[in-house]
Amino acid sequence: MTTDYFDDGCSHCEEMMQPYLDHVLSDAEVRDAERHLDECETCRKRYRFEESLRVYVRLAVAEQMSPELKEKLAALRVPLD
Amino acid sequence: MERSGSVACVAEREDANDDDEGAEPLQIATEARDRVRFEEDALALADQVYRVARHLANSREEAEDLVQETYARAFRSWRSFQPGTNLRAWLLRILTNLNIDRGRRTQRAPQMTPLEANDYFLYDKLAESGDGATDEDRVVERLSQDDVVAALSAVPHDFRDVIVLVDLGDFSYQDAAQILDIPIGTVMSRLHRGRRILKRELAESLPEGEA
Repeated sequence: MTTDYFDDGCSHCEEMMQPYLDHVLSDAEVRDAERHLDECETCRKRYRFEESLRVYVRLAVAEQMSPELKEKLAALRVPLD
Repeated sequence: MERSGSVACVAEREDANDDDEGAEPLQIATEARDRVRFEEDALALADQVYRVARHLANSREEAEDLVQETYARAFRSWRSFQPGTNLRAWLLRILTNLNIDRGRRTQRAPQMTPLEANDYFLYDKLAESGDGATDEDRVVERLSQDDVVAALSAVPHDFRDVIVLVDLGDFSYQDAAQILDIPIGTVMSRLHRGRRILKRELAESLPEGEA
């Protein structure tokens, strides 16, 4: 593992990662997390990876709707009298 | 991004379509205009609805069936949509209910499985097994697109649903809670757990010796 220098601050920062990236932390919690991130490359790299992963997953699983389905949906509209 | 707004209650009012007889011409014209606008707004969201539906359902075929049924029902029940509320969430709520009604999904407490000790393990495994580069973008590219699709499919439905709505569909926790009819705290805990399961599946997809 590459976590030899993992300390209590990192453990706390790791717990904050998901809510931080979801933008649901309080201002004080954001300041706490960012103070640690400013000082800690270990956590900073892993936060950036998590952000990249979310974008990567979103792109990897994106599937376009077929034109045929689009036409079928339009045909479901109720005709005007 | 559509992270606000509420999901209107989807009441079935399919019989309400036939009561136009005797209505004033102006009222009929106004209603026709509102209905056309609703249909156009709903169709403009079809790509986004499909993208979410594709991973709420088990296959492309199921997703296509569900989206068609959803739109058929939405067009019949358009009066029960409250203008100004979140139409995309309203459509997804119909779709989720149809999915459950069809027996493809059951509402139940998900099975709890042990999780990895922390949220960093996937990065650590990828970083330590590569060519030494720890650049975050390059590390993530060691995962293939097929592996990501397979890993998401392997996440149990109750957890996948919230990942699909929040991470792929950009719904707020609140909207996801209303669409799935579960408490917001449950959305948060399933999201947390679901993302870790996804990462575990991704870690397991790596070739022998890489993880």
